[in-house]
Parts: sequence; C-alpha cells; structure tokens
Amino acid sequence: MSNGTIDLGGLNGGQRLALHYFTVAIVLFAAQILFGLLAGIQFVAPDFLYGVLDFNVNRMVHINAMVVWMLYGFIGAVYWFLEEESGVPVAGLALGKLAFWVLTAAVTVVVLVYLLVQTGAGEDLTIWFVNEGREYIEAPRWADIGIVAVMLVFFYNVAGTFSKGRWSGISGVLTLDLVALAGLYLAGMFYVTNITVDQYWWWWVIHLWVEATWEVLVGCIMAWSLMKLLGVSRNIVQTWLYIEVALMFGSGILGLGHHYFWIGTPEYWLTIGGFFSALEPIPLVAMVVHSIYDAGVHKFRNSNHPALGWVIAHAFGNFLGAGVWGFMHTLPQINLYTHGTQWSASHGHLAFFGAYATINIAFFYLAVQKARGNVWMGAQLADGGWKWKWSMGLLNLGVIGMTVALLIAGYEQSFVERAVHGSTWEGYFAAQSHPWFQQAMFWRLAFGGVTAAGLVLLIWDLLTIGKGEIRRAPELHPEPQAAG
Amino acid sequence: MNDTSHWASEAFWKKAAVWVTAGSFALLIVLTFDSMAKTQAGGERVPAYGVINQKIDYRYDEAKKRFQPVIKGEQPLFGRKLDEAAAEELVALGKKTTQAKNCINCHTVLGNGAYYAPDLTKAFLDPDWGDLPAEREKLMLAFLQDPQTNARTYGTGRRMPRLGITEQEARGIVAYLKWMSAIDTNGFPHNFKTTRED
Repeated sequence: MSNGTIDLGGLNGGQRLALHYFTVAIVLFAAQILFGLLAGIQFVAPDFLYGVLDFNVNRMVHINAMVVWMLYGFIGAVYWFLEEESGVPVAGLALGKLAFWVLTAAVTVVVLVYLLVQTGAGEDLTIWFVNEGREYIEAPRWADIGIVAVMLVFFYNVAGTFSKGRWSGISGVLTLDLVALAGLYLAGMFYVTNITVDQYWWWWVIHLWVEATWEVLVGCIMAWSLMKLLGVSRNIVQTWLYIEVALMFGSGILGLGHHYFWIGTPEYWLTIGGFFSALEPIPLVAMVVHSIYDAGVHKFRNSNHPALGWVIAHAFGNFLGAGVWGFMHTLPQINLYTHGTQWSASHGHLAFFGAYATINIAFFYLAVQKARGNVWMGAQLADGGWKWKWSMGLLNLGVIGMTVALLIAGYEQSFVERAVHGSTWEGYFAAQSHPWFQQAMFWRLAFGGVTAAGLVLLIWDLLTIGKGEIRRAPELHPEPQAAG
Repeated sequence: MNDTSHWASEAFWKKAAVWVTAGSFALLIVLTFDSMAKTQAGGERVPAYGVINQKIDYRYDEAKKRFQPVIKGEQPLFGRKLDEAAAEELVALGKKTTQAKNCINCHTVLGNGAYYAPDLTKAFLDPDWGDLPAEREKLMLAFLQDPQTNARTYGTGRRMPRLGITEQEARGIVAYLKWMSAIDTNGFPHNFKTTRED
C-alpha cells in the first residue's frame, strides 16, 4: 500500500537510471540559473566579480549547463520509457549505468576546469584540455571524445533494447534521430583556422541539434507522454510524429541556411536560408494543434496535473519561443540589423525554455509520480498544489519577462548601434550606454530573480509532491490501435 | 477508422517523413560541397592569409547595394611582409588564442558569440584605433596585452579582463582580425564606417 513514500521497487531498471539523470539535470539547471544571474548582474554592475569570475566564464557555464542539463533530461526521458515502449528490460543496463557515472564525472571535471583554470595559452593543448573556445561546445577535446563514447553506449542501450523487444513508430524515429544527433556532434570536433569553414561546421552541430534533431527527440518524448498522460491512441500520436518529422526536417535542415547569411558563405544562402527558416514555425504550429486536439478530446482528464501543465507550456513555449521569436528576425533583410544583438539572446531564452526546459520538467513530474508509487497528482492535491502552480507561474513569468526585456534591448541595439551608428565600436558602446538598453538589462536581471525563485519552488515541489498521498493514479491504457 | 483517407494515414506520413528528410539532407550535402569549394582561403569570398600584407577597406558597392571588402595596395602588418605560410601560421596562432582565451563568450565573431563586448568581424578596420596603420597596430598590441591599463570602455565601465596574452599571441590576434576583416560577409555589418576616407 503506497502512501506516497519514495519506493523505487516499482520502477524498472531504465527508470531507476533515469532518476540519476534527472537528479543531475536539476543540479545543472540550478547552475544554469545561478551563473546566468551572475552574468546578468555584470551587465548592470560591470565590476562585479571582475577578474575573479569574468563575464565570459559565467556566460560559458550558463550556456553549457543549459545544454548539458537538457541532454541529461532527454537521455533520462528515453531511459524512462525504454522498457515500457520495447516490452523488454534495457539491453546492457550495467554499461549504461557506468556511462552515466563516467559522463557525470567528466562534466564535473570540465566545469571545475572552466571555473578554476578558465583560459590557457593559444595552443592545441588548451583546446584539448581547458577550453575549445567555441560557443556552446566549449568542452575541451578530451571531453568531446568522452561524450561520443557515452553517446555510443546510450545508443547501444536504445537500439539494442528495441531490437530485442518490439519496434514502434516512436522507437524507429527515436533511434534514427539519435544516430543523427550523435553523428552531428562529430562536425564540431576538429580545429580549422579558416573561421568561415569553422562556423560552417559549428552550425551543423548547433543548428541541426537545436532546430532539428532535438525537436524531433522531444517530439518522440512528447508523443509517449501524451499516451501516458491522456491515453491518446498510438495511431494518432505516431501519425502526428511522422507529420512533425516531415515538417521539422523539411524546414529545419535547409533552414540551417539562416546562419550562413553573414559568415562568408555564398549569397545563395540568403535565399535558401530565408525561405526554409521562414517555414520552421509550421511544425511548431502543428504541435500546438495536435496537443490542443488531444487535450480537448480527452477533456484534460488526467492524474498528473503538473506534468500536463508543463506539456501545454511546452507546446505554446516551443511555438512562441522557437517559432515566433525565431521567425521575427530570420529573414536576411531584418537579420542584417539584428544579427549579433540581444535579439538573439531574447530568442534564445524563450526558445530553449519553451521548447526544452518545459518538456524536461513535465517528465520530472511523471518520474516523481511513479517513484512515489504512482500516487494521484491530479486535481485536489492536499495543499491545493500551490507549489507547482506558483513555480510554474514564476518560471514562465520570469523567462517571458527576460525575453521581453532582451527584445527591447535588441530593438534598441538594432537601431542605435546598427542602423544609426553603423556597427563600429563607438556605435556598440553608444547603444550599450543608452537608457533604454540599461533599463532593459535591469529588468532582465529582475526577471532572472523571478525565474530563480520559481526554480527554488520547483525543486521543493519535486521533492515533496505526492508525499503522504494515499490515492492512487489509475493506470491509463492508450486507446486500442485503430483498425486498418 | 477504416475511413481514414490515404493522405491522413500513418503510412503516408511515414513515407513523407523519410523522403522529405532524405531529400533535404541530400540537397544540404550538395550545397555543402559547393560552399566548401567557395570558402577556401584564397578563394573569392575568403582571402588568402597573405592578405595581411595588403591594405584592406570596407566600402559600399553601388552595383551590389551592400558593403564589401576592398583589397588594394601593399600595407604589411607590423611593417613586415610575410609569405603565405608564415601568414597562415600567424593567423592560426591568433585564432587559437581567441579560442584559448574564450573571447567568444564576451565578443561576437562574424556576429556569433556573446553580446557583452563589440563584434570583431571588422574590428581591425574600426575608426577608433586611429588612421595611421603603425599607430593602430601598436595600440591594438598594447590593449590586448594589458586591457586594464589601456581600457577602452567608452564610459560604460565594462572592461576587458587581463587574459595573459603574450606579445606574440597579440600579434597573432591582430593578424587574425586583419585577415577576417577581408572576408566577404555579404554586407555584414551594414553601414560600417572604416578608418580611411580616400
């Protein structure tokens, strides 16, 4: 009889490993917010931690912690549903566990080196052991090789398990997507002096991860979550998944071209990148339609309100952050002025949160529910569920507030620095000193504080929700496969 | 639900997903080969590293209706002409140093990076370093090696930290910036005013 105490006995092997991944993900999420706050303070008070933890260090840890916690969340989510989806225990689970500890140890060492060593001499040794110095993939080369090795183990767990058990539409898409995701990382693992060629391949990793393979990966996670949360039929979610893959890859692969406008690549990318990236919001609209349809058909009835709440936040956040905010500055005619300003930061904040943080948080709630013996987490929670509601409210308010503040700063930069002053250093600093920019940075920091408060509440809630709950959640069985 | 039309069926969209993905990827591969051929150093868009021996400007092109690098005449960096191999070596030292010092997490390069410090794409041509090449290069070297003493904060209080850049590394960075300023970036940044008026 469950009373909401933690009971890992009810979890399968993959799910127990997933809890490890989720725990580290949350620690890294907290690190992301902490170092984001430090960097945000430095915009307002530049002398803060000057010479100790400079902006470049804080900003690097901020974005790296984000990338890694999101990957930890995705990997955890896949381990979570691997056995249920395949019908057999995870193949090579012991190796998977070892890979988790290796990866986590490597991440710890990399972060310590970032913080304590920070920089090195201009030679290969630094790139190999301190910092590669390329945005988002700063991890030194030794860690790159380690990451690839761990990814291979993860891939073996996934593909091996499905091969032993049963394949499905979700698992097929997932497995192929993981091949692409891991393969793309290799495009970021070599040094080249030619900066145009460097950034060309660097975008293969960054764009084809974030705007293609990650989107499809969360599409798989979302598809599975909708079956679990609402009992949506497999036939429907899989059809939608294929539609989304077609639209996502159809727009996103060549949408890569919107990063090739200004880096020295040929002019045809202006047309190709502009056209295909303008199509990128379409699959995100489709996802919103899909989730509203499913939620409506099932009348929102479910036993895990926080998870469903965050899934809905994902659908809208993905559409607004990645879709609308991306589209607003994707055409070269406007991007000439917005590229490299706080516009990108505005888009980045809402897109990463809306598309990826949300779905991970939804999954954390699914995991917590099961870890507490599948307790009820729907309506009428003991304390009215104030913690999850407030944390969700604060996190969304905080991120949207930062996004709007950064957008205002981006507008101001585009006009003052770019259009009026012509992008010189003097123009750059004229824009940075403008009251509109300074006010925006103050508000960004304030909303960063709101986000941090939301995170504290979220962690508290994840640790306590369902405790002492004696009602059990009914098992949902997806509707039978439609005939034919 | 036997009345599902073919275009709404799982099987149809599975095929669509496979073909659209494969088609897009194939096109990307073709374009990548073409882009690689057109962006090798020494090509039309990305200059040879020896361009650091030349005078570089950035001007509005009336026919193209956008800004474009103009490379004409000799103007060796630090007053010393280098052959292509030596130039590449110096630029490589500079690029590696910008990576080792994590410049990208304050600055932007070709518009990509963080937004805490100015874009470096055409920084070598920035008018605020003065009009005399020798003087400008000297200022840059001094600034890179000791940015605190030679701070250029324009009243914002935002100072570059001391990163332990050696003189040779600083020379490399300046060479890298000079080479980069000669890349044809399709007119980015727009309306950038360079040092020279002639």
